[in-house]
Amino acid sequence: MEKILYTITVYTENFVGLLNQITIIFTRRQINIESLTVSKSSIPGIHKFTITAETDLEMVKKVVKQIEKRIDVLKAFYHTDDDVIYQEVALYKIGAEALLDNPEIESIVRKYNARILEVNRSYGVLELSGHTEETQELFERLKEFHVLQFVRSGRIAITKSTVERLSDFLAEMEARNPDR
Amino acid sequence: MEKKIMKGAEGLMCSLIEENVNTIFGYPGGQIITVFDALYSYRDSFQYILTRHEQGAIHAAQGYARVSGDTGVVIVTSGPGATNVITGLADAMLDSTPLVVITGQVGASLLGSDAFQETDVIGVTQPITKWSYQIRKASEIPWAVARAFYIAREGRPGPVVLDITKDAQSEMMEFTYKKCIFIRSYQPYPELQPENIAQAAEMINNAKRPMALVGQGVLLGHAEDELKAFLKKADIPAGSTLLGLSALSSDFSLYKGLLGMHGNLGPNKKTAECDVLIAIGMRFDDRVTGDLKKYAKQAKVIHFDIDTSEIDKNVKTSVAVLGNAKETLPAVTELLQPAQHTAWIQSFEVCEKEEMERVIIPEIMPTAGPITMGEVVNRVSEATNHEAILVTDVGQNQMIAARYFKFSRSRSMITSGGLGTMGFGLPAAIGAALGAPERRVCFFTGDGGIQMTLQELGTIMQYKIPVKIIILNNSFLGMVRQWQELFYRERYSSTPMNNPDFPKIAEAYGIEGRKVTKREELDDAIEEMLKDNKAYLLEVEVEENGMVYPMIPAGTSVDQIILGD
Repeated sequence: MEKILYTITVYTENFVGLLNQITIIFTRRQINIESLTVSKSSIPGIHKFTITAETDLEMVKKVVKQIEKRIDVLKAFYHTDDDVIYQEVALYKIGAEALLDNPEIESIVRKYNARILEVNRSYGVLELSGHTEETQELFERLKEFHVLQFVRSGRIAITKSTVERLSDFLAEMEARNPDR
Repeated sequence: MEKKIMKGAEGLMCSLIEENVNTIFGYPGGQIITVFDALYSYRDSFQYILTRHEQGAIHAAQGYARVSGDTGVVIVTSGPGATNVITGLADAMLDSTPLVVITGQVGASLLGSDAFQETDVIGVTQPITKWSYQIRKASEIPWAVARAFYIAREGRPGPVVLDITKDAQSEMMEFTYKKCIFIRSYQPYPELQPENIAQAAEMINNAKRPMALVGQGVLLGHAEDELKAFLKKADIPAGSTLLGLSALSSDFSLYKGLLGMHGNLGPNKKTAECDVLIAIGMRFDDRVTGDLKKYAKQAKVIHFDIDTSEIDKNVKTSVAVLGNAKETLPAVTELLQPAQHTAWIQSFEVCEKEEMERVIIPEIMPTAGPITMGEVVNRVSEATNHEAILVTDVGQNQMIAARYFKFSRSRSMITSGGLGTMGFGLPAAIGAALGAPERRVCFFTGDGGIQMTLQELGTIMQYKIPVKIIILNNSFLGMVRQWQELFYRERYSSTPMNNPDFPKIAEAYGIEGRKVTKREELDDAIEEMLKDNKAYLLEVEVEENGMVYPMIPAGTSVDQIILGD
């Protein structure tokens, strides 16, 4: 089976140790996590994990089921790049001299639609949001100006589907609560 | 409800009472001493069993849970106490045994500082528990205990760890208890899917050669009667996994024997001939399937399971029937047309006859040569009217006992299946005897396995636990020896054993015992062992080079089963 990059989103209760419970499932299957973003979700008390990993369809299905099996995991989904709108943020730190002495920088910033977050006597910081290839391309382009630091965030993603699966799931589960 | 102010440790006792716990296995220590102090005040509320090692405590709780169906409870201290229960947790996780294991922990202010007897219990236990949670405030105790029992017991059962910091044990709290009946992130019983139930029924109705694989899910779901009705209505022959044994009595007409590496010829071979394979509460372990690439490729597969993550994990299913077998089996049975598969069922008899002549008779009724493991198991089974609870250790003793012990009652086979834990047997037998005090417990072990948890003879002595211990002594780690003979050119690396005088050790613990070396003495010794309801140790010297057959060599397919004669 073909290995492709999957985006796995996981919604959990906010307990200590959830991250470990999720990552060990990847570890057992020898799957490398390419990127990982954790944050509060739009629903109070529920945390969202966005994980990317390269694997095949059969494996991603098994992994998602085993993640969901963990008691404090509410729901887990997997998506291909076609199913989601996704984004990453990259920051580039460039020495002040290189930044100020090269008129080319302006055209690069324009071309990539990058933002300048900070310029001081020592350095400047550029920011670009986009897919990995885009932020990587800017990095390659800036290399000649000596990038002092480069950092890229994990992926965040939103599904293209119009159905809000988590809220449906929560409503469905709450309906089962005998104490309701 | 009336609110009472008490220490966290007392709150723990009251919570256990609320969960109807009556037996606790454990071992005290520095970071759990406050809980044991509370236990002293509540000593009339619980039967407390002090084992001789924490591993013994957890295996005993496993044996207790498996025979009784109740959740086993263990209390141990932090650090080494907690790490000593790790094997049992992994074992209970693989074998779906409901346990609540309470571990002491250093005070919350010391967490993470490498304090004396501190271990990251949550970090260590997360991969091998259904849930593990650290309690750092006394007020959390009732909530966490209620949740722990709910999680351990409901759905597919499993072990839960509650790690309680020392300060949470002594902190004062207001006690009120509310049983957990719902967790929004956990759906223990998948909703029945009428469409899949109908599809499964149709597939079975159209089957010419249906075959069922019975797993422990049937026992865990208390679905033995529902299973029998299902099999009878559509006339479906059934094989059992190691952990599914005793869900069907050995003499049930459609029961065709044990599946897997050392299972019976019929159910293994027929897996490669059936047209519809019906798996019920089993997980297609590699010891059952052999080479997955060649496993039941000709058959449509129907998988009944309560755990969604088991579906398509190892074997691709045609239809998945999710839910508790107690509900799903009758739902499918209702849609079945009564059928007769006489010729198909009769075809098992050829295998049975072949196995009987070539393997079983020589194993259980040898007329010359040293005593065999099979004849000891067979005679004990007969002498107990096939009504006893069988507990085994791991290895040849386990496989031979699983093959030749017969069952007439459910929940009669306690063994370490998934993890294959040597040393499991003796403490598990203690737990089994306490969990089913009205029944007789016969524990078969090897000279290797008994020595891994031998110290639990002390527990048997202290609490007068009526376990019948039968050591099948071949002076070898027999199963490894068997593989070395077959696959490693008879290079017996690290398998021969010089053993102590086992009955003498038993005697030191005040347990009656006897050693048998001759076939003529065997019946008399078994009779002596079973004469009363007291612990007894029977050591039988069996052939050194005994082999367990049939055998599906690891990685080969189920129809490549060898008979070894």
